[in-house]
Amino acid sequence: MKLSMILNGRKTEEEIAEGMTLYDFLRSQGCSSVKCGCETSNCGLCTVFLNEKPVLSCSVLAMRAQGCHVDTLEGLQEEAKEFGTFIANQGAEQCGFCNPGMIMNAIALFREIPDPTAEEIKEYLAGNLCRCSGYEGQLRGILNFLDWKKGGVRE
Amino acid sequence: MKIKQYVRPASLEEAYELNQKKSARILGGMLWMRLGRGMVQTAVDLSGLGLDQIVETQEEFSIGSMVTLRTLEQHEGLGRYTQGAMREAVHSIVGVQFRNLATVGGSIWGRFGFSDVLTLFLALDTWVELYQGGLVPLAKFAEMKKDNDILVRLIVKKRAQKTVYLSFRNTRTDFPVLTCAVCMENGPEAQGYAVIGARPGRALCFALGRELSDAAAESRRSTSSARGLQKDMPAERALSESVPIESAASEKLELAVRELVQKVPMGSNMRASAEYRSHLAEVLIRRGLKKLQEGELS
Repeated sequence: MKLSMILNGRKTEEEIAEGMTLYDFLRSQGCSSVKCGCETSNCGLCTVFLNEKPVLSCSVLAMRAQGCHVDTLEGLQEEAKEFGTFIANQGAEQCGFCNPGMIMNAIALFREIPDPTAEEIKEYLAGNLCRCSGYEGQLRGILNFLDWKKGGVRE
Repeated sequence: MKIKQYVRPASLEEAYELNQKKSARILGGMLWMRLGRGMVQTAVDLSGLGLDQIVETQEEFSIGSMVTLRTLEQHEGLGRYTQGAMREAVHSIVGVQFRNLATVGGSIWGRFGFSDVLTLFLALDTWVELYQGGLVPLAKFAEMKKDNDILVRLIVKKRAQKTVYLSFRNTRTDFPVLTCAVCMENGPEAQGYAVIGARPGRALCFALGRELSDAAAESRRSTSSARGLQKDMPAERALSESVPIESAASEKLELAVRELVQKVPMGSNMRASAEYRSHLAEVLIRRGLKKLQEGELS
């Protein structure tokens, strides 16, 4: 079946198996930032934007993205670089495996709620599991990033 | 689960025809379905049929089956109508990315025991529109066996009521140990309902008996009078005089809630025992009633 979408701003057309997931399709297109952690729709590692909304690519059929805009971290590098660098400098994460999914969802959060409270951050990122940081480092890092963006002091 | 053929029909009629084969499946959010085993010969995707809209009129909400849980969560009209209960019911379901995929049709069609969505909609005057079966009350639909019909939309008929949603989870974003929705119609002969789900069986709706409704009303009156006293007298005296009145009403309420919970069939699973669930049900119903009262006072 022919799938046609705008992937990271470029028109992409491919013949695919009808039962293929969006995750498998994106990996086949070289989007290696999209990773599969749990395959039970729980961990948030495979987060991509489907028509600008964050979704779990492991749980969507690729054919459902027919005619849609799909963005992965590869397509959002400019937007992600500032935040990703800040988070890394904060030591907010440890192994970094969950990082691409967390950054994607954090970008979605900043787009939807430009100045979120700590509670809003926790709730929005509740679907991004991290098995080593305990989330406190990430929360602190995000709050510091938002302060820094508002002209506060980088801690 | 493996899918052999994917079809996006152009009409509900075509979708219904495709769905008459045993090996066909209608796709909702696909989040639960994909964890199953076996081969789906034809996956029927309703995405192209405009069923992802919520239409509000003066009389009702019409909620298409492909509306996502995230849309329910963020819909201002539903939020206002349920006094925030809609958001409360879905905001703990995994994460934003999950709720951007999960559909109300998939949640309701599945009639899952763990469903927060089913619990809340049972507390509202909800009807299910089936392509062949027409309009069916949700409570009746929840008891029906799955067939080859298609859930087109939910209709929530507006009535003057206050609604509270509560759930208990062992960890945030996990399946609930127990779900509870309490609602009370407005007016002198107000009828109340309590819905208990994740028992772990599917949610059941119980009409609050006259005794419980009266107890709630009595508690409300006594709380109001206690507040009235506090205005005109020293706080210590007001507190001591209000306690007997409040506690009498409160004891009556507790007794009535306990009697109600005894009627709710509970089961045990890896998350909790039946006894624990019964205890939780008492607590959540009491909290729900208290919230309703506080809402009226404010």
